[in-house]
Amino acid sequence: MATDSQLTQWEVFIQSKPGANYIHAGSVHAADKKMALQNARDTYTRRGEGTSIWAVPTDAIAASNPEDGDMFFDPANDKTYRLPTFYVMPEGAKAI
Amino acid sequence: MELQEHTSVAADMLRHFEEKIERGDAIEPKDRMPDGYRKHLIRQISQHAHSEVIGMQPEGNWVTRAPSLRAKQILLAKIQDEGGHGLYLYSAAETLGISRAEMIEQLHAGKAKYSNIFNYPALNWADIGAIGWLVDGAAIVNQVSLQRTSYGPYSRAMVRICKEESFHQRQGYEIMAKMMKGSAEQRDMAQDAMNRWWWPALMMFGPHDSDSPHTGDAFKWKIKRQSNDELRAKFIDKTVQQAEVIGLTIPDKDLKWNEARGHYDHGAINWDEFYRVINGNGPCNQQRMDHHKRVHAEGAWVREAAEAYRIKKEKKLHLS
Repeated sequence: MATDSQLTQWEVFIQSKPGANYIHAGSVHAADKKMALQNARDTYTRRGEGTSIWAVPTDAIAASNPEDGDMFFDPANDKTYRLPTFYVMPEGAKAI
Repeated sequence: MELQEHTSVAADMLRHFEEKIERGDAIEPKDRMPDGYRKHLIRQISQHAHSEVIGMQPEGNWVTRAPSLRAKQILLAKIQDEGGHGLYLYSAAETLGISRAEMIEQLHAGKAKYSNIFNYPALNWADIGAIGWLVDGAAIVNQVSLQRTSYGPYSRAMVRICKEESFHQRQGYEIMAKMMKGSAEQRDMAQDAMNRWWWPALMMFGPHDSDSPHTGDAFKWKIKRQSNDELRAKFIDKTVQQAEVIGLTIPDKDLKWNEARGHYDHGAINWDEFYRVINGNGPCNQQRMDHHKRVHAEGAWVREAAEAYRIKKEKKLHLS
């Protein structure tokens, strides 16, 4: 084993308050789940930034390429009927 | 023919990249970027990360000798922050394809630098005040500007760091203010620390714009948003006012308000000293590097044990 092992890289997500989305904060190095959570707490929550932490091995994340943005996101652009503003409301009708 | 196509693809890529920068869009890890951009960022972010970590040493020296429990708690929290800031930055640099091990190797080999300021010693408690007030003050001016840097992960690390860093500057200023209200001896100590840290703090912003070797692409690609001299002026203007309030004298007889520029003019910076220290001949260069290498080597068994534990647990999981 290499003596300069830097262990495995984990991505850290923090929930700022109960019910909120988990937001990416950065990464830490750790040997296992327990150590990943401890390191994430020490590194990213020194001032009460959150109520809960996710740590995910970086390798386990599938990420799209920015160049493939069209392929992933274009369909929404030419299907404006998916947006409420596409529809004409009859005169006098109130929004629900 | 093939070569031509290759060149035009590269030119397209560069144009696409520069248009993105022009629009003010952030560049993210999986975006295509010119090699020069990647290299510049790796150099700058790793130097920034190393600075945070090496910067723990002059202050760590004073944890056991802090004058009160309150001061000790504050200093510990500040040092822990610096370690955290180093980690945010290493994590941002890793997104560019360099490993933490490589960065540390480059530091140990002298290929990567850290901020020159940490090659000066913290001789007494007033130095802890001066470091927080002047060194962290200068760092904040630089980091506030870097919040708008074009590389997303670097910019996000800067936002996080700036939120935490302002307490560092305030605690330093508080130490100085307290000493200036103390005995004649304490006031002398504070002034002496000011005299020793003022000029190295000004040097933290780097060479004058007219002599700065890395600025061209860094500005075009919006890695750097304000020049060395602009940032230095900002720091001087704010700090001179704070010094006056507590009765400290700026050790520069040429310091004078320039009404036309709207900034203070300052005396000549001793760049010979700057280059002497940056090239390894400052008072503490050897000590800082030796310490980092020794602690890194002494911690190897912990990393090995953690790795061995992970492998053992994985094996168990496969067997069951």
